[in-house]
Amino acid sequence: MGAPHTPTGLTQGLGTAAQGGVGASTLRPDGTLKTTGEFAFASDLWHEDMLWGCTLRSPHAHAEIRSLDTAEALAQPGVYAVLTYADLPAAAKHYGLEIRDTPVLADGRVRHHGEPVAIVAADHPETARRAAAKIKVDYAPLPLVTDEASATAADAPLLHPDRTDRHAAHVPHPNIVHRQPIVRGDVAAARARAEVIVTGEYEVGMQDQAFLGPESGLAVPAEDGGVDLYIATQWLHSDLRQIAPVLGLPESQVRMTLSGVGGAFGGREDLSMQIHASLLALRTGRPVKMVYNRFESFFGHVHRHPARLRYEHGATRDGKLTHMTCRIVLDGGAYASASPAVVGNASSLSVGPYAVDHVDIEALALYTNNPPCGAMRGFGAVQACFAYEAQMDRLAAELAMDPVELRRRNAMSQGTLMPTGQAVDAPAPVAELLRRVKALPLPPEKQWETTEGADVRALPGGLSNTTHGEGVVRGVGYAVGIKNVGFSEGFDDFSTARVRLEAVGGEPVAVVHTAAAEVGQGGVTVHAQIARTELGVAQVTIHPADTRVGSAGSTSASRQTYVTGGAVKHACEAVRAEVLERGRARFGASHPAWATAELRLEGGKVVTDGGEVLADLVDVLAGDAVDVERVWRHRPTQPFDRRTGQGDGHVQYSFAAHRAVVEVDTELGLVKVVELACAQDVGKALNPLSVVGQIQGGTTQGLGLAVMEEIVVGDDGRVRNPSFTDYLIPTILDTPPIPVDILELADAAAPYGLRGVGEAPTLSATPAVVAAIRAATGLPLTRVPVRPEHLTGT
Amino acid sequence: MDFLRPTGWADALAAKAEHPAAVPIAGGTDVMVEINFDQRRPEHLLDLGRVDELTEWETGEEYVRLGAAVPYTRIMERLRPELPGLALAAHTVGSPQIRHRGTVGGNLGAASPAGDCHPALLAAGAEIEAASVRGTRLIPVDEFYTGVKRNALAPDELIRAVRIRRADGPQQFSKVGTRNAMVIALCAFGLALHPATRTVRTGIGSAAPTPVRAHAAEDFLNAALAEGGFWESGRALPPSLAGQFAELCSGACAPIDDVRGSAAYRRHAVGVMARRTLAWTWDEFRGPGRSTEGGASCA
Repeated sequence: MGAPHTPTGLTQGLGTAAQGGVGASTLRPDGTLKTTGEFAFASDLWHEDMLWGCTLRSPHAHAEIRSLDTAEALAQPGVYAVLTYADLPAAAKHYGLEIRDTPVLADGRVRHHGEPVAIVAADHPETARRAAAKIKVDYAPLPLVTDEASATAADAPLLHPDRTDRHAAHVPHPNIVHRQPIVRGDVAAARARAEVIVTGEYEVGMQDQAFLGPESGLAVPAEDGGVDLYIATQWLHSDLRQIAPVLGLPESQVRMTLSGVGGAFGGREDLSMQIHASLLALRTGRPVKMVYNRFESFFGHVHRHPARLRYEHGATRDGKLTHMTCRIVLDGGAYASASPAVVGNASSLSVGPYAVDHVDIEALALYTNNPPCGAMRGFGAVQACFAYEAQMDRLAAELAMDPVELRRRNAMSQGTLMPTGQAVDAPAPVAELLRRVKALPLPPEKQWETTEGADVRALPGGLSNTTHGEGVVRGVGYAVGIKNVGFSEGFDDFSTARVRLEAVGGEPVAVVHTAAAEVGQGGVTVHAQIARTELGVAQVTIHPADTRVGSAGSTSASRQTYVTGGAVKHACEAVRAEVLERGRARFGASHPAWATAELRLEGGKVVTDGGEVLADLVDVLAGDAVDVERVWRHRPTQPFDRRTGQGDGHVQYSFAAHRAVVEVDTELGLVKVVELACAQDVGKALNPLSVVGQIQGGTTQGLGLAVMEEIVVGDDGRVRNPSFTDYLIPTILDTPPIPVDILELADAAAPYGLRGVGEAPTLSATPAVVAAIRAATGLPLTRVPVRPEHLTGT
Repeated sequence: MDFLRPTGWADALAAKAEHPAAVPIAGGTDVMVEINFDQRRPEHLLDLGRVDELTEWETGEEYVRLGAAVPYTRIMERLRPELPGLALAAHTVGSPQIRHRGTVGGNLGAASPAGDCHPALLAAGAEIEAASVRGTRLIPVDEFYTGVKRNALAPDELIRAVRIRRADGPQQFSKVGTRNAMVIALCAFGLALHPATRTVRTGIGSAAPTPVRAHAAEDFLNAALAEGGFWESGRALPPSLAGQFAELCSGACAPIDDVRGSAAYRRHAVGVMARRTLAWTWDEFRGPGRSTEGGASCA
């Protein structure tokens, strides 16, 4: 069978990337294609004779399935297969990122609204949809578990009654996925020394990743009985590990290729339609394509954990923090997904980027009948940052101190101990980042005034024309956050890169092959830039990501430039060593410099430290490619102690600070963010243009959480706004100018000194905007997103 | 599903007479969403895209006769002087792409309480030209909305045009959404001063099962303006008068709590918009130099 393609000849624009080494603002090879609509996303995949898959989902948040009748659906003309839990081919019927608790199809019980119950393959997507509607399911609704009280009640229905996962033994209730306490110092004694104590309760709503390319992929049955899967995902090998067992296939018979990804933000870390399409393909012997629409996408991936947070901060009169206690309750929904790791982050980063010696911390995630929650940009640190930054402002007000000054007095720096006891051993320029955003000039007052009257686009409400300046009050707010980079708590977080150097048409060309999912983060530029710098070649081809090379780990946790970038660098170094060895063997006698260790590859040549050319790479290669595959790991981490939370759990930290300037229409409760300035330390900007793009994107996603983005779940556990009509994300008119100030303080442990960039700006943007709204209105605003009702008391 | 494609108005009416359940489609910004999400699967779709006269308009002495399929963009660009309230409302519809496709006829056909045109049409005063093979009748806009997503059209009728009273004074339109663009109305308010008749008309959107006028508020204001001789003197309106008007506008709402917002907020916001739009239009009526709030410009 031929490889799948897109009917219109769309392309992902891989191949030879533009010029530029490390530090250059190389343009994305797929940038123009995406802008002009020519980029091939996974939803554009097409194969001759392919069928279309469709998923029947539960309308209930919690119900027993008394019976399932697929006969009528199966009898529809054009329908090739209808599969339910009973049809699953292998002993393994569950999957999951950390805990395999998620049934491939509902196993006699549905635990959340939208849970997959049955799948259909038909020769037309509409036929499949209509057949799915003809499946008769007899549901008997069960009592709901929707919050901490109902989940941990003595007689609470258990979401997963027979848990054997690694957290089962230490959680206080089976409906708690994982709980992580962190205790350090002597809080009681410190509290006695505190001259001021502030407490607060905060709430974060359920944010969606809202990536624009919905879940989609194509499964093609292979002659060896296996399956070739073309898919938009964040981590091919993690998918593979979860898919193969439930198909009853060895991993070697499930071959995966990354297809065009339309954004991810954590939402593609879990599986969506991968197993379903593969099952249908294997059952029918035909290629099967599945594409979710926007409505289904809201049920097709996990969301950001909603959270309730209770904090207490104590300080002396001069603004020095004495202690901090907090309790963070995250709603993980029906299945575990990444909840345990989110708990680890929320607890270990709950203090924020501040030095506090005495802490008592507890974070936990619940199992409930709400939609499953897992990875999303910021991953547990977002929720905590909203609360601790609100607390810092509250404390500053109590002390009558400037909020930036209070933060400066408590800012961590290199050498500070985290609440886990881990020393921050790289630069931590928290005070400097705050200083920088504060020093920026403020946008002019009343910037909506023109000679023609008010420019409503610059006012709250925008073109909806709700104010011409009436009721509008300006506010300014600050926030700073800390995010870990890479996978933590002892996880073996490695990546693999294969680099091939050969002469093509008389020119040296490098091919970089990794399984790193390009989801928009910029690996397609950065990995080529690294190869150019390390190998001194102009031509670098990025091979499509697939499972023919070892795992690259996930495109998440701000880690891919660090870890896969590190692997590419490491593989290039091995290629270079091999090239020099060959050169020495071939030309060593011709020049004494070959014997020195200081040779470099530059401009397609082997050169001495002084720049003298020793040989052309093409001549050294002499028709034989150098081809190496290397695995690279960042330094190891440790698990957190279960009772004290102590341990060197994190690899690296990244820091960003924001200053938000907002105008609030205090009568209507509408907000215009006027400017959202950011300063961030990135260690080393491998691609400054991409770095600015990441910071602006993360900032905008944080703005969305501050003022509009929320999945609303009803008391019945059902999602009430699964559409872009009612789940609002910022438009360009909601997105203010975002001046970005980049610091580059190298982390000696990281490749090129770089620091993961993508997540930190998502943390501090939200509390900075809310602080600015508080400054404008004087309201406490303890919940995000802030709604007009909160601002108008209606 | 059959796709009917009449090439002229008479053919369109004949097709609608033959298939009264056929769903007319012009810009498709509403109908296609429903079809794509399988919320609606009519047996016949009646495409009006080939009926050229629907995209034309005529400006008469008293009325603009606006073809049912004139897109919002055209209204914003070409009819702002004659239909200022509707032009403002048109600018709040969806995105530029949607405004190139969406039409007032479609907004009326869908008759969603959240439709952006309705408050502007109610405030300006308009009649819907409903046509069928039986003939044409004019339905006053006040009588057009009969329920949530229901209107006064007979099954065999199509909207040919809307006759909208040409502005004889300042008009304003405001809409509240939780985003600064491309947002469905949480609630909306239209207000038009009619100095020729010395009346003020209003329209409220998304705050009752149908778009409504705030009759009590209009009556109160019309009486107060007449009694105080405001039309003649052009005096500034006392805040108490605007406040009472706003309160009566809030009182005209019968909103619900839903995922977009609370009933209490909608009632409150309509009052704020009523007060502000009254101030803007009255200041404009009084003329430059006497303005206290300044006008608005938008691109």
